[in-house]
This record gives sequence, C-alpha cells and structure tokens, in this order.
Amino acid sequence: MSQAQLSGAEIILKALVDQGVEVVFGYPGGAVLPIYDELFKQNSLRHVLVRHEAGAVHAAEGYARSTGRVGCVLVTSGPGATNAVTGLTDAFMDSIPVVCLTGQVATHMIGNDAFQEADTVGITRPCTKHNYLVRDINDLARVMHEAFYVARSGRPGPVVVDLPKDVQLAKGPYLDKDGFAHRSYRPQVTGDPAEIARAAELIAAAKRPVFYTGGGIINSGTRAAALLAELVGLTGFPITNTVMGLGGYPGSDPQFLGMVGMHGTYEANLAMAHCDLMIAIGARFDDRVTGRLDAFSRGSKKIHVDIDPSSINKNVAVDVAIVGDAATVLADLIAEAHRRPAPEGKALAKWWAQIEAWRGRECLRYEPSPTIIKPQYALERLYAQIKDRDAYVTTEVGQHQMWAAQFLKFEQPNRWMTSGGLGTMGYGLPAAVGVQLAHPGSLVIDVAGEASILMNIQELSTIAQYRLPVKVFILNNEYMGMVRQWQDILHGGRYSESYMASLPDFVKLAESFGAVGLRATKPSEVDDVIAEMIAADRAVIVDMLVDKTENCYPMIPSGAPHYEMILSAGERAHEVSDQGLTLV
Amino acid sequence: MRAAARGAAPSRDLRWVSSLVDREALRRHTIAVLVDNEAGVLARVIGLFSGRGYNIESLTVAEVDPVEHLSRITIVTSGTAMIIEQIKAQLARLVPVHQVNDLTLEGPFVSREFALIKVAGKGEARVESLRIADIFRARVVDSTTSSFTFEMTGSTEKLDAFINLLRPLGLVEIARAGAVAMARGHKGS
Repeated sequence: MSQAQLSGAEIILKALVDQGVEVVFGYPGGAVLPIYDELFKQNSLRHVLVRHEAGAVHAAEGYARSTGRVGCVLVTSGPGATNAVTGLTDAFMDSIPVVCLTGQVATHMIGNDAFQEADTVGITRPCTKHNYLVRDINDLARVMHEAFYVARSGRPGPVVVDLPKDVQLAKGPYLDKDGFAHRSYRPQVTGDPAEIARAAELIAAAKRPVFYTGGGIINSGTRAAALLAELVGLTGFPITNTVMGLGGYPGSDPQFLGMVGMHGTYEANLAMAHCDLMIAIGARFDDRVTGRLDAFSRGSKKIHVDIDPSSINKNVAVDVAIVGDAATVLADLIAEAHRRPAPEGKALAKWWAQIEAWRGRECLRYEPSPTIIKPQYALERLYAQIKDRDAYVTTEVGQHQMWAAQFLKFEQPNRWMTSGGLGTMGYGLPAAVGVQLAHPGSLVIDVAGEASILMNIQELSTIAQYRLPVKVFILNNEYMGMVRQWQDILHGGRYSESYMASLPDFVKLAESFGAVGLRATKPSEVDDVIAEMIAADRAVIVDMLVDKTENCYPMIPSGAPHYEMILSAGERAHEVSDQGLTLV
Repeated sequence: MRAAARGAAPSRDLRWVSSLVDREALRRHTIAVLVDNEAGVLARVIGLFSGRGYNIESLTVAEVDPVEHLSRITIVTSGTAMIIEQIKAQLARLVPVHQVNDLTLEGPFVSREFALIKVAGKGEARVESLRIADIFRARVVDSTTSSFTFEMTGSTEKLDAFINLLRPLGLVEIARAGAVAMARGHKGS
C-alpha cells in the first residue's frame, strides 16, 4: 500500500489547511520560494503580504487574540527569521498561539554561513514555546501537526518550524492530522479536586476577598469568561483584571474594580493589598501587578489557578495551587461553591463599603481643559462613541496604552489586543491588520502614540493593499510619553532623547497611503473627528494633538508597595527608593 | 546621604540586590530529567538555566533507552526552595521533557561521580599518591615512570577528598564526569 508522495511544500500547505488555517501572514524570500509557488497554485489559503516580518507576527497575534485560533506566519530564512524574533518574543510573553514557518538554507548548507542563513532554532529557542528544524521529509507532516498542537495546548505560545529549502522540494508521505499522539506534551487540564475543595472552603470563609484574573481567562475561551462571570456573580466578590485579562469580565459591571497594577485603579490595587483572600485565575503575579514583592498583599491567603505550573509560586508563594484550564477549574469550583453556604454577607458588605470609599477617590479623574485636548478626554469620547458598536481595540505601548486600558471598557473577551508582557512598541498597527482580517465587518481601532506608530508604520501599505478599514487613533504629544513620565519622576525632568522631533504630517501620511487623515487640535473638535473616523469606510489616521505634559495616573512608582499609589501630579513629592531606580 | 544621592552622578547602594538572594538558605538538589533524545534538547535545558539565572553545579547526559530514544539528564543545582520548585516546573514545561524527578526531595538516593585524575612526580610523592589511591580504591589506568592517571568512582565528597589529598603530590589534571543519581529501593522513578 504505497502512500501518495507529495512535495514538502504541498505537505506544508495541506497541513495548514487541515489545521483550519485561513490566513497566513508572510513575506517571501529565496528560502521559501517553493512554498510561495505552491500558494500561487491554490485557493484555500489566503496569504496576506505584510511589509516587515515583525508585522507578520504581530498581525498573526492580533488574528489569534481576537479569534481564539492559532495565528500563522510564513517568512524566509536569515533576516526574515530574525525580523520575526520580536513578534515571537511578544507572543511568548503574552501566551499567544502562533505557528511561524521559517525558510532555511538547504540541509547540506546548514552551518556553512550560507547566504541568508541564520541559526533560527538557536535564536528562537528561548523565545518560543517550542521549535523544530525539519531535516527529513518523512518528519514534515507530523512536525507541522505537532506545531499546531503545541501552540494551542496548555499555556499557548509561539512555535517555529524551520524548513530547509531541500525539504520543501523533496517528496514524502502526508500524515493525517489525527494520525499521531504527542510523545511527551500533555498539559494538565483538570484541577485536583482536593485543591478545588480547599479553594471553595476559603471562598466560603472569606471576609475581604478579591478575584484577580488575567490573560488565562481569554486564552481559555469564551466559556471561561462566562463561568467567571457566573462565579463572581454567585459570590458577590469584587474582581479586577490584569492588562492582559481585560474583557475577561464585563468592564462596566459594578463588581469590576477596573485594571490592577502600576497604572491600575486605586480601588483595585488597595483591594489587592488589603484582601484576606486573593483568587488569581490565569494571572501570573507580574511585577507590574505586585509592586514591591515583600510588601505585596501580606495579609491574604492566595488561591492560584493556572494551566502552567511554572507560573505558580514563581514570584509570590500561594496557599492553594490549582493546575488546570481556567474554564474547567471554574466549572468545578462553581459546583463546589454550590455545595457550601454562601460567604457571610455582613463581612462582605463591610468590605464593599471600604471599596466604595476607595472608589470615591475617583482615581482616574483628571484636570479638564477647555483649550487643550487631554488624552483622557479623547479616550472618554472615543469610548462614548464605540461602546455600543462591534469594536475591537489594539494598542501600541506607552502612556496611550495605559490610558486606553483605564478609559475603554470591554464587555467581552477577545476585544482588546495589547502587548502586555514584552511591551512592544509597534505592536498595535500590524495587530489591527490581523484583527480586521478576522473580523472584516467590525470596527478595529489602533489606539497609538506618535512614537510607537512609527515603529511599524510600513504596515499602512498592507492596510492599503487589502483595503482594510483600520482606524489609527494617535494621541500625539510629541514625546515618548512614558519615557518622559519616568524621566519626570526618576531623573529630575531631564528629558534625554524622549522628544519626538521631525514627526511626519500624519494627515498627509494617511493620504499618501490612500487613507483618510483627520486632525483635532482642540477639545471642541474631538467628537466630530471621532464620528468622522468611525463613519469612514476606509482606513483612517486620526492625529489627536493632546496635552504634551500630561502624565498617566494613578501610578505605583517602581519599587514602591502596591498600596502606595500616586494619584496625581500634585503628589509627586514621593521619594523613589534606590531599589526603585534599578527597576524597569 | 539620601540628599547626596539625588545629585547628578548618584552613587547607589545596591547591596539590597544580594540581600534578596541571601535571605533564604540555598540548598543543593539533584534532579533527574527524562527527555527525548533529539537535536537541541540539551541546549533547551542549558538555555533554561542560563536564561533564567539558575545554577548548574554539574550536568550529565546520555541516552538510556535506545529503542524509545530517551536520554536521562542528571542536574545538580542549588537554590532556595522556591527557586528549586521553579526549576522543576520550568524543566517540565519544555516540550520534549517526559519526566522530572527531584531525587533530593523524593527520598534517599545514591549519587556517584566518575573522574580521571593525573599526578606527575617521582620518588616518595609518587609512591604516596599510589598509597592514597589504594585507600580510596582508585584504579590506575595509565602509568609512566613519572606519572599516574587514576580512575575513580564515588560520591562527590569522596572525589573531593581524594583530589585534595593528591594536590600536594603533583596533581596536574582532573576530568570529572558530573554526578549521576538514582533513588534507593526497588522502585523506578
């Protein structure tokens, strides 16, 4: 029984189709020409030509994050692969499932410093969940299927498959995607019932509880978000989200305290600091959340649910550790909670009264201006106009990102795409490309800064080619705002190299790419510009000229405990410790 | 002091960094890792240790199952209890890793190291080195009129003791293979 022999390139494409891939983000080059030739001959896969390989990975991330599916990237060897490294690291830090196919020089040339050769598996080993170099055509189909299995299973992440050109041209057998079981990788999905029972006991006894949930809820899927809402509703506990977890719980629900962390709300951080029970689900106690570790929520018992055992007890020691998928554990936890008496209402009411007092500080309040557009105002108005629409938001990295996280509320998961772990400037525009391709009829907005947007500005060309109606909403303060803010607070206001000189005219830039360019210079123009942006059937760049000196508050200064937040510029007298100065 | 540190060229006291590490005692653990014997697997393990700043005191690796293509890596490492837990969790997270066993935690285990040790010298020192080798049950695997090369297997401590005794007797070269270890008793790990 001889099996039909396919070329390597045919096997690769067949595997992609069998894995349900619809869109591949890529950029051709010498080492992937056989694959591109095969792409030319078929119609089941759509290839989207980006303008830089970093853009390809971020676009795949946006696609993956907004759909819950695996994003797919195809780049050439050498510079194609090294350009993809930032995107891969970004996906690794934020646990985004991406399969990145890289071309490689022919197997007999590997190690000879051939043209456009790079040690791709060596370079990407620490920034991928796993990677493969396929030297034998007989391994190709299995490796392709394994790559998708590894990328989406357990804690998702990027997987690189390095494909030498001779393997793409060789003939070999195809293997059905269900034709193998992975030898070693089987992540634990169901939580230990004994630990879940202990967690339910702690929940029933809690007097000052708080849910603290992260990107794990989004990765687990919409069922996890629904179950989380059920458990939070059932218990009546307050909940906060990490920046990666926004949308995992409805942002406008009264039990939601807003985002936690360095630029999270006062009430969320104080609830974390003063709680007696912290229920962390799919969150990893990142330094942006904990502040100074030895002062982090010292009085609380902690339950930590995570699919990745290495996230548990990494930064913060916890009392109950549950390894498993968020949705599965939440379902079990809800069943356990139903078997026990509801938490004591009186203590909880007292805790809520305390939280309301913290809320009363109105930590997101800012000084409005009749003449200058405050960035917060621009985002408030943006939110007012998009909240009832089918909208997706991506961001770049910096002040605008934190303001967007504070002022835009998300009622559902998969609506908010941001670079949380790596903090990659230039993420938002290509990510918006991926989101828009996955949701052609939806409103997709990249909230950007004028500095970040220039980092992957070439993707405007991709947007033009595929007629994507992406809206770029630039909060232009002519500074790398977050760098300037830290220089304000930590370096005596010496704005070393953080001023953005020689900026392009963003309106003309938009027009040169066939997009609409809009500008607002005073508060009275903001609403009309946003309305015009939304109404446009094409890509739009909005150049929102905002206050150049505004800083993002509240803020946990680096090295400070999470309960010592600066609420406004007026409180800046706070001394930053020597420890704080060394932290990023 | 603090006011001075606010100046243009601050000199900062960074002793707190090491104090974070010193706060808890470091403990030595022997960890056995069963992995697929495939290209790059050792680089993954070593990269994990260097990338995350963990210690490797010794590391040995060889294939133990040629049919299933499995290799066993024995790592001796040290860290606080929390770091050791991290090391194990991070190792287990690597895709080609089948199993991670912390032999130090899981009960009594035997640990053995292999070494080749060369001593050069003549006269009484040469004879003395042979006498010590006899006491330590080291074997001579090469001999010239002016040197001995000993082969020795034993616990890390025993090898250390042997080597220290040979040091004044003309020790010229040491090659150590690193520890391999296994749980005591009838059960496999």
